[in-house]
Amino acid sequence: MSFPFLEVANVTKSFGHFIALRQISLTVKEGQTTALIGPNGAGKTTFYNLLSGRLQPSEGTVHFCGRPVSGQPPHKINKMGISRSFQITNIFSELTVLENVLVALIAHLGQGLHFWQIVHRDKQLASRGMAMLERLGLSALAGSRAGTLSYGDKRLLELAIVLATEPKLVLLDEPTAGMTPEETHAVIRLLRSLADEGKYTFLITEHDMNVVFGLAEHIFVFHRGELLAEGTGEQIKANPEVRSAYLGEEVEGC
Amino acid sequence: MTAFVAALLNSFDIGILLFIIASGLTIVFGVLGILNFAHGALYMTGAYLLLTLMRTLEIPFWMGLLLAPLGVAMLAVAIERFLLRRIYHRHPSFGLLLTFALLLIIDDTVRLIWGSGYHIVEPPPALRGAMSLFGVTYPLYSFFTIAMGILIGVAVWLLFHRTRIGKTVRAAALDPEMAQAVGINVPLVLTLVFGFGAWLAALGGALAAPMRTLGPAMGDTIIIESFIVVVIGGLGSFPGALLGALILGGIHGFGGRWLAEWNIVLPYIGMALVLLWRPEGLMGRR
Amino acid sequence: MRKKLQLGTLLLLAVGLVLLPKLSPFFIVFVATEILILGLFATSFNLMFGYCGLLSFGHGAFFGTGAYVAGLLLQHLQWDFFWVLAVAPLAAALVATLIGCLCVRLNEVYFSMLTLAFGMMIFAIAHQWRSVTGGSDGLAGFPLTRVGLGLDLVLANPFHFYYLTLVIVGLSLAAIYTLTISPFGLILRAMRENSERVAFAGIPANRYRLYGFILSGLFSGLAGALFAAFSRVAVPEMAHWTQSAEPILMTILGGSQFFFGPLAGAAVFLGLKTLITSYTSEWMIYLGIILLGMVLFLPKGIFGLFERWLGGRT
Repeated sequence: MSFPFLEVANVTKSFGHFIALRQISLTVKEGQTTALIGPNGAGKTTFYNLLSGRLQPSEGTVHFCGRPVSGQPPHKINKMGISRSFQITNIFSELTVLENVLVALIAHLGQGLHFWQIVHRDKQLASRGMAMLERLGLSALAGSRAGTLSYGDKRLLELAIVLATEPKLVLLDEPTAGMTPEETHAVIRLLRSLADEGKYTFLITEHDMNVVFGLAEHIFVFHRGELLAEGTGEQIKANPEVRSAYLGEEVEGC
Repeated sequence: MTAFVAALLNSFDIGILLFIIASGLTIVFGVLGILNFAHGALYMTGAYLLLTLMRTLEIPFWMGLLLAPLGVAMLAVAIERFLLRRIYHRHPSFGLLLTFALLLIIDDTVRLIWGSGYHIVEPPPALRGAMSLFGVTYPLYSFFTIAMGILIGVAVWLLFHRTRIGKTVRAAALDPEMAQAVGINVPLVLTLVFGFGAWLAALGGALAAPMRTLGPAMGDTIIIESFIVVVIGGLGSFPGALLGALILGGIHGFGGRWLAEWNIVLPYIGMALVLLWRPEGLMGRR
Repeated sequence: MRKKLQLGTLLLLAVGLVLLPKLSPFFIVFVATEILILGLFATSFNLMFGYCGLLSFGHGAFFGTGAYVAGLLLQHLQWDFFWVLAVAPLAAALVATLIGCLCVRLNEVYFSMLTLAFGMMIFAIAHQWRSVTGGSDGLAGFPLTRVGLGLDLVLANPFHFYYLTLVIVGLSLAAIYTLTISPFGLILRAMRENSERVAFAGIPANRYRLYGFILSGLFSGLAGALFAAFSRVAVPEMAHWTQSAEPILMTILGGSQFFFGPLAGAAVFLGLKTLITSYTSEWMIYLGIILLGMVLFLPKGIFGLFERWLGGRT
């Protein structure tokens, strides 16, 4: 018997009287690039926080490959195979670019307590780290302090850290936010090729509809904490409720 | 029965005083984000200032009670204005190191000025003697401190929740940028709040002076007690300070009577229990 | 080139330290021993501060525990000093485990507050527990035994003690250094930056902080045990926050972002202390003023001034 990849069942999250998410139920299929859209305040980041363990649901459950996610601390959820990026870039500014990736690699390989190893001399770590940086086009910056990177490169580094733990499900919180059009196109191409490799399943929140319709095979629309609609790009564009609540004139531009 | 009542009164007495002192610590943290390690030293300075005012300048107790905390508050305002202000935007360690340095300086300065010996402050003539309550004879002065404590507690609560000043301070604490944008002079608010916190500590010191012997280590014990209070109650929470102080008062009052050898570690055990069960404090935000 | 310069300086220092007793008067050897011991204390403190970003105000608890356990073992059991040095740090590590479990789960401010409180708890226990710790007088006059292991060293001989200390501290610093360049060290540094991100990458952050805390307590206890033998006493003040303030100031003086910062800071600190206490008994006020000055004007320490020349961070 195979379990659904990611199953969210009747999840509600309230902060005191404020209900951020109301009875969300959805499933994400493995290998299907999925997007989560909705206006600001719709509850997307809260939803991510619930999936990644930053917050716990007030009601409802989240299961990943049959195992419960709700109630687990973030590091356990990461070990289960879910990795996330943050809306506000969350890297280690004082460490070098390579060291940033090494942190995630060390965690993934379980070498955190290998006291006898010398981090900077370890060939396996170095080659895997550099390979990851290559994939994202950051290998030239390997020795630079992460804090000195351009904004776009920092976002890429964030992605490198996320991918270094070899997750099955990757939650990307507005990956192209603040990027120039060229950088955005590069990211779209990168994500598409990564998705094609088949190793990762991406769940992306975005405001940029080009990214959403260009990448996503399945889209969820959130509105005021509820799941308003779901479907393919065409279905979403055609949905009148979605159009009135969210897309508005942007549909013409696509 | 009388033992119980005595322990209860004792708990309340200690607790209410601790509440005044610890509330200063927690308010400063809540608004400035600074944990003032020197808070106990300011308490001690309040007590010693009262001593000097009464003994050297022969000012009556009531005047001293008014002036000593104000003096310490002025010192605190100077500290905030010239020292603390410089490290707000830096890593939290700097604030901790700075107030710790102040602790060392103030502690030793008190020792330099007043010596390492012990001093006694007499309660004012009106409050000497004892009173009977439920079969227990209790010092009149203790009742006074309890009454003062309740008065101050209520006054501070009203100040923060019912007055415009209070609202201004809370706004500055919650969102300094926004507050500045709507015209609130946030730096001034911070200075005044720090001064107010010091005032509370020194008031606690002045009030405590007639009940306790003044010695060079009095600041040390109080800062630890204040820490225990705010950990139990939740750092930054005013009602938490009350709850924590009453609990600690209870531990001292009842523990002191029935578990004397454990008396030293009981408060720490109490704190450890809270840390294990509800680390952010009983009334802390999760 | 920089690496060669650094290694060269280190080698020169090592040679100098080895030859010290041959070249200098007894008094210098005495001071050098103290610098080494306190330098070890400060370096292990810095494992939490410089690497984890957590400021502990209670490290005296581990220093004091190490000192008391060493004193007790020497006094009551007359163990060979080698075994004393093996067991005393473990006792300190145990205390660090208990205290650490409670302290590392919260943010930096709580951590500092709690370490201060629990450190003072150890002070209070040492002060009160007359029957075991000798109360406010502490332990004194315990015999300095043989070192053991068939080594023909007499601890009471300050030159022998100096060499023993040099070897122990040298090995300990090497061990701590290995820790810092290991994956564990990188994780600690990452946690100082951004402990949330570390958790989201799959590391149980609190547990790692606890491990760092225990190791830090272990080496602090070792320093304490050495100090007990050095000063021939174990007193409650070793767990007081005024003692805990010393590694803090040493580290800030030298520079917390450099491996040898705390050791260098220890040398400067002891120099200052010797100078100031020859004039006045109120040393704390100067300690406070210096700390204040460093925090406001020289937060990176002395090494920080030469940062570029020395080649930057650890």
